[in-house]
Amino acid sequence: MSIVTSGHHADEHHHSAPPAGFKRWLYTTNHKDIGTMYLLFALAMFFIGGAMAMVIRAELFQPGLQLVDPNFFNQMTTVHGLIMVFGAVMPAFTGLANWLIPMMIGAPDMALPRMNNWSFWILPFAFSILLMSLFMEGGGPAFGWTFYAPLSTTYSNDSTALFVFSVHIMGISSIMGAINVIVTIFNMRAPGMKWMKMPLFVWTWLITAFLLIAVMPVLAGVVTMVLTDKYFGTSFFDAAGGGDPVLFQHIFWFFGHPEVYIMILPAFGIISSIVPTFARKPLFGYASMVYATSSIALLSFLVWAHHMFTTGMPVFAELFFMYCTMLIAVPTGVKVFNWVATMWRGAMTFEIPMMFAIAFIVLFTIGGFSGLMLAITPADFQYHDTYFVVAHFHYVLVTGAVFSIIAAAYYWLPKWTGYMYNETLARWHFWCSLISVNVLFFPMHFVGLAGMPRRIPDYALQFADFNALISIGGFAFGLSQLLFLLVVYKCVQGGEKASAQVWEGAEGLEWQLSSPPPYHSFTTPPEVK
Amino acid sequence: MASTNHRPLLIRLLFSVIVMFGFGFALVPLYDVFCEITGINGKTRNEVAGIERAVPDKQRTITVQFLARPDKGMPWVFEPEVTRLEVHPGQISLVHYQAQNPTGSAMVAQAVPSVSPGTAALYFNKMECFCFNQQRLDGGAALAMPLQFYVDPALPADIELITLAYTLYDVTQRDPIQPVTQTE
Amino acid sequence: MTDTMFYRGLLLTLPGVGQVFGAEMPLNMTQGVTEISQQVYDLHMTIFYICCVIGLVVFGAMFWSIIHHRKAKGVQPAQFHESTRVELLWTAIPVVILIGMAIPATKTLLAMEDTTKADVTILITGSQWKWHYKYLEYPVEFYSLLATPAKQISNKLPKTENYLLEVDRPLVIPTGKKVRFLTTSDDVIHSWWVPAFAVKKDANPGFINESWAKVEQPGIYRGQCAELCGKDHGFMPVVVVAKTPEQFDSWIAEQAEQQAKAKAAEQAIAALQMSMDEAMSLGQQVYQGYCAACHQPSGEGLKGVFPALKGSKMSIEPAGRQAHIDIVLNGKAGTAMQAFGKQLGLKELAAVITYERNAWGNSTGDLVQAADIQAAKNGQKE
Repeated sequence: MSIVTSGHHADEHHHSAPPAGFKRWLYTTNHKDIGTMYLLFALAMFFIGGAMAMVIRAELFQPGLQLVDPNFFNQMTTVHGLIMVFGAVMPAFTGLANWLIPMMIGAPDMALPRMNNWSFWILPFAFSILLMSLFMEGGGPAFGWTFYAPLSTTYSNDSTALFVFSVHIMGISSIMGAINVIVTIFNMRAPGMKWMKMPLFVWTWLITAFLLIAVMPVLAGVVTMVLTDKYFGTSFFDAAGGGDPVLFQHIFWFFGHPEVYIMILPAFGIISSIVPTFARKPLFGYASMVYATSSIALLSFLVWAHHMFTTGMPVFAELFFMYCTMLIAVPTGVKVFNWVATMWRGAMTFEIPMMFAIAFIVLFTIGGFSGLMLAITPADFQYHDTYFVVAHFHYVLVTGAVFSIIAAAYYWLPKWTGYMYNETLARWHFWCSLISVNVLFFPMHFVGLAGMPRRIPDYALQFADFNALISIGGFAFGLSQLLFLLVVYKCVQGGEKASAQVWEGAEGLEWQLSSPPPYHSFTTPPEVK
Repeated sequence: MASTNHRPLLIRLLFSVIVMFGFGFALVPLYDVFCEITGINGKTRNEVAGIERAVPDKQRTITVQFLARPDKGMPWVFEPEVTRLEVHPGQISLVHYQAQNPTGSAMVAQAVPSVSPGTAALYFNKMECFCFNQQRLDGGAALAMPLQFYVDPALPADIELITLAYTLYDVTQRDPIQPVTQTE
Repeated sequence: MTDTMFYRGLLLTLPGVGQVFGAEMPLNMTQGVTEISQQVYDLHMTIFYICCVIGLVVFGAMFWSIIHHRKAKGVQPAQFHESTRVELLWTAIPVVILIGMAIPATKTLLAMEDTTKADVTILITGSQWKWHYKYLEYPVEFYSLLATPAKQISNKLPKTENYLLEVDRPLVIPTGKKVRFLTTSDDVIHSWWVPAFAVKKDANPGFINESWAKVEQPGIYRGQCAELCGKDHGFMPVVVVAKTPEQFDSWIAEQAEQQAKAKAAEQAIAALQMSMDEAMSLGQQVYQGYCAACHQPSGEGLKGVFPALKGSKMSIEPAGRQAHIDIVLNGKAGTAMQAFGKQLGLKELAAVITYERNAWGNSTGDLVQAADIQAAKNGQKE
């Protein structure tokens, strides 16, 4: 696909410079500023959620209870999950969407800039509430990020009310963000930017946005039901009042499964942007990639009960969900094959974004394999609620989603800041992360198979050696991310100047703009051939 | 470039959000309906069964197992009169559950049934059941609560044993659940 | 954590050292001791091998490409970027592979879910944080609690072999017979799991679930609760002892006799009077075993979660005595406070309530007797 910009560059329109200081950031409606805020917020939350993971791994370093009591441990696992899902991964992808989508489609900004500002600023508010709930009497939420009833309704303390409130706000933020993405892509593409010309990152975010619109309201509903069951005498999930605790799981996972695809589809878009650049070869099977992503999105609505195989479903239901879950492997596999085919007979170089992208392809696929194993219902009876599951979702979310976000950061930082990142630091970051993340999560497959359940603060002696190893991997991985913080900080401050093109093989409208791009870009739409 | 009007799309998307929020709540009755049709959660039909399907099939014998569990914190004594009964599908049987309130004050209880295997729940037809209504007992009083039922002759051939468990809850503080009335 | 413990922990990370201190951990899923568990293991390995082969092929192609198709080697990048034929092929082939996986999976699942023709049925009730077992064909039922001493958990005593996987009263089942498990819960969702049987079934409050196992080999099989159920989710193990049918029959007869005797003895105990010293001593024991986990040895509870007994209105006021007996006997619905009337004997209940009303400076001078508990159980107010 070849794209040519119009004659004028984006700096022909001169608005007054943005106000300086705090006011600029508080009132901004600029997609670049908002994108930056989302990304920095996500980075901060990544460290906070990561700190909780360090507490978890410190306690699990040895058998016995050394550092924290079980109730606090449960709060750590719960809030670690909530922060990583809703505070790190989702806002990071939204930040990337904000920065990149307008530039990639030749639009001057997002469709609804003021709503965009609100979408961001309610997030720090929501997370402050969640984090403050940890300091309440009796502690914060301790029922897992999945908050099953009746543990979350009858058997929880009042921090549940703050938890519900904060989840509602996060949901509103995501929904507003999704609406903005859809309206922007539908209505603001430059002339010539036809649907099947859009970069795959834009496609995957478009599909993700539809998933968000479909399921975030369902989360809002179920979290409201938890609130009313707890405080207002309803019995959605209480057998005594005619309800059913398993109903909670059905409604939650109807949201929950598409949610995990919401957390991976943008990653697929990022990898599909990076690999062609460094292979110097067009993405293989563009149309197929679009169809595969759509199939994954549609199928994601049909598999929710694979999280519930042990709840006592009848056989025909277990079979239905097993077959549908196995089926998702097909379009996912197709995507992996297409990336490999993109690399095949290319002329590759291995800059840091490409290194993270290759790591993604291998390690996400490993996560996919454990996912396929989990799909097999009879085998799942042995894996469910063990560390095998923990291994699976951390592979797809950390070496999957998080690595793709890091890859995206390295890929586009020169464009955003106008400076190249420090290559040496970045290489150290890559190798330390790659090794430590595998020391951290790979052994979890084994402890899970050996019988260690999840969400426990203490374990039987045979799990001790592996847990010690896993904890060391965890500490190392956490420390390695400080390197990333340093890389980002230094890059923003300065460094080798980046050209507009930045990467030799990069294609797309954003690479026509200067590095950094003007505060307002494509105020006149570019010509797209 | 002429600015596009975002409003129509925006309205459609907001409408979708509202619809999906409603859908989340609609899943509650949808689940009940789905369970009633397929019996997947082991809940028996909460309605009085008619008598027309009660044609005994002497070729087949089904064992029905009766369990009783007072909920934690429910001080009543709650036990089935018989723990097992051999019945023919279609044959009407009457059993009783004994309930006794050992405390000094009146209490109201609600029995909630659960059947295993779940799919058998659809075929467990109750003509009279103490679980249809709340049960009130004065302090110290006892009661033999009736359950009149038949196993539907259409019960799948591979089911030979049906376990019926009742959990007894203390609902003295709650709003009363509507008692079940006779179906047509 | 003391220095010695830290260095010991560090030492444990060295390969091989762990074997001195702890048991060796298997790397793979257990094959178990039932036909079903063996089928599950075989299925697991089959899928795993298929994934390995696919991985080798895909990663093999990728790493070949990384090595040979690099700019540094001076290659010119090809420009091909689509092929409908290839897309169809690598869509169809995975579908065929999946169908191949689905067939044995379906077979095993159908076998697992067939609970008909069981010989023994056991009702398993999960609660925070223990299991209750009731044999439906025999007059035997009991609670099964974690037996690992708290001092081992808090690192004051060395940990013994079955740390966190031992209980006071294991479930006993006969070998060679189909045993049906009915699971339910008294409070939140728990999950009963024995890896050696490949049985894992959620215990949902208000509903019963069915599962089954036919164990061929006598032995002791250990599992854990597999659904987050609160604070002590990691401290409610499952232990099943499989005995030959003859041994099982004599065990069950013995248990039935013991339980009948204990019931009869309760009546006799109801008449016995304890001295204050006796009550305080027994009461403290019972308190440590059953109450201290939540209300703390100091009686101070956990603010916002578990109420204090030390200095509480109910524990020190004469008017609170009836309510105190009532709440220990019957629990408090909607909270974690269980009905201990079902778990403890009349004497133990009288003793622990006496202890709570006199320890930590509460000093009411109240002495509760077994007969008082019996009366409360019968609904007579004092």
